[in-house]
Amino acid sequence: MSDDPKDSPSAAPEPAASSPAPRKPALTAAQRMSRERQQQARRRVLHTILLSGGVMGAALSGWLPLAYAQRQRLRPPGALDEKDFLASCIKCGQCVQVCPVNAIKLADLVDGFGVGAPYIAARDQACDFSCDAVQCILACPTGALTYHKPDFLKPRSGAGLAAKPVLKAKQKDPEPTLNLTERIGVARLTRPESCLALQGKGFKGQARGADFKGRMRYMEVDRWKPIPVADHPYDVPECDLCVRECPVAQAISIETVTLADGRQRRQPVVHEPCVGCGVCEMVCPVEQAAIEVVPREVWRA
Amino acid sequence: MNNPLRKRFGEQILLMFGREPKRPEEGDIAPAAQKIHFFKQGNRDFIAEKKHARAHAVKKNTWRNRRWATLITANLLFVLSYWLDVQLLEGSLTASRFVGFHLIDLNSALQVMLAHKHIIVNLLIGTGTILVGWALLGGRTFCSWVCPYHLLAEWAEKLHLWLAEKKLVSDAPIDRRLRVVFWLIFALLALGTGYTVYEAISPTGILSRALIYGPGLALLWVIALLFFEVFFSRRAWCRYACPIGLTYGVVGIVSPLRVKYTLEGCFHEGDCRKVCLVPHVLDTVIKGRAVDTEVPIGPDCTRCGLCVDTCPSGSLKFDVKGLSKLL
Repeated sequence: MSDDPKDSPSAAPEPAASSPAPRKPALTAAQRMSRERQQQARRRVLHTILLSGGVMGAALSGWLPLAYAQRQRLRPPGALDEKDFLASCIKCGQCVQVCPVNAIKLADLVDGFGVGAPYIAARDQACDFSCDAVQCILACPTGALTYHKPDFLKPRSGAGLAAKPVLKAKQKDPEPTLNLTERIGVARLTRPESCLALQGKGFKGQARGADFKGRMRYMEVDRWKPIPVADHPYDVPECDLCVRECPVAQAISIETVTLADGRQRRQPVVHEPCVGCGVCEMVCPVEQAAIEVVPREVWRA
Repeated sequence: MNNPLRKRFGEQILLMFGREPKRPEEGDIAPAAQKIHFFKQGNRDFIAEKKHARAHAVKKNTWRNRRWATLITANLLFVLSYWLDVQLLEGSLTASRFVGFHLIDLNSALQVMLAHKHIIVNLLIGTGTILVGWALLGGRTFCSWVCPYHLLAEWAEKLHLWLAEKKLVSDAPIDRRLRVVFWLIFALLALGTGYTVYEAISPTGILSRALIYGPGLALLWVIALLFFEVFFSRRAWCRYACPIGLTYGVVGIVSPLRVKYTLEGCFHEGDCRKVCLVPHVLDTVIKGRAVDTEVPIGPDCTRCGLCVDTCPSGSLKFDVKGLSKLL
């Protein structure tokens, strides 16, 4: 369509309508007009290509890192397997809004794994199940986070939990379990050399220093109100913060382990009920954390 | 609906998919309208009346102000709901819950359905609610009354027009069929890659999330789009690219809420087409083109009301089909 609408009666008639005017100057004017039109059309094609290229380039640059999937991120509890999760997540952030400890963040452009898709950076703020009921799953409108996976999405071997995990905070409740059937990751002692328990050391003070913003609920303080980790200092003869604060019953314990050369040492050992919430990673007092949650890791006996 | 209007109804749908508007054949114009067209030809009284109206035209911003207030309120409701933790409107524009009731953006829902190939009940409820809601309210009404990108683009448009007046930039029109191509490409990408590719670049989603959850680098893309609109092509994203607009446009085909054009008082000066985001829908106001004395504007119209504000003769008015007859 032409830019300037030829609405006013004073405007010249369109060139197509000017056929009964075969005089010479009029013809050249028409020719000039048509050349201009051609140029306009060419410019239009050029801009169309420019816009298409820009939009498609941007769209694909957001998607390509996904195709390579170089970065693994911890997803909120109840997340489907990564590919299905990214397919079904509508990026609305309702899971972010209901989390009482703000554990869930939304990915940005440079994260390259789905702009607006939720993840948990456990070292900064882990999911400690303060909400008791896994509110993020209840909030999800598309089933990207779900209690009940559809039948055609079989759990990966080792991702399924042997039994519904018992929440320590709910142990005295008539229904003490969390309604979770699959883990989102597994905790691993990735830096045993820095583990305080392994060195036979205790721990005294704020787990992550005075500036740490992370929060957690402490049953002995208030079941319904998470407080900053910095407000809850420790004084333990043998460091067992990861075991002490793990929200899931029987998921981790300090054990005496016999090494291959016959020496014995104390260290945290992760057990099958571990759901991969990341609380152990958050409270681990050494920098960098000796114990970490490996996203999407499955249980291997 | 009489015959000329029925024929035009179909053409307006094709227009939305990118066809260029055409001058109607004489046989397609209702006799009553033909009479008015004829009456206006060189009528001195009418020209005098037009000049008078021109001289006394008062610039109104009634509908624009109402719309901006609505748009800002809607987006603020999301923001405050989260910040003040009042749980009134949780989520963002792609999907939300209004006092617990699911609302899901149609284009986002479509992307998820195509990518995931599995639809749960909540998704269906939310999509259904929005579908019925916007079908009643006019489909693309979403664009101009809710979408936060629309507001930014409107301001960018003002800048573009100011620069254009100073001859520093010129508008490069783009082929409108591109929007349909984009819509298809993004639908196919979702289906093929199993990932909601469009959501990564949707300025509506990016802006809505930035407002609620804080800004991110994804805003750079929105800035790039606005830059393109200011310096290269007026309102390019909304006009030629956005698949959300097309999705809501299709929903608005059946909508009873639209702008209605009355031929009789119109001076055919085209002020409305100069302010319109989608001037092809106002093709009917061009002298001699109205097929009837009253013509509803087609589904690609965003019901923004700029033309209603601008029209010096009151020939363009909001209208609810059937309601005016009832009252």
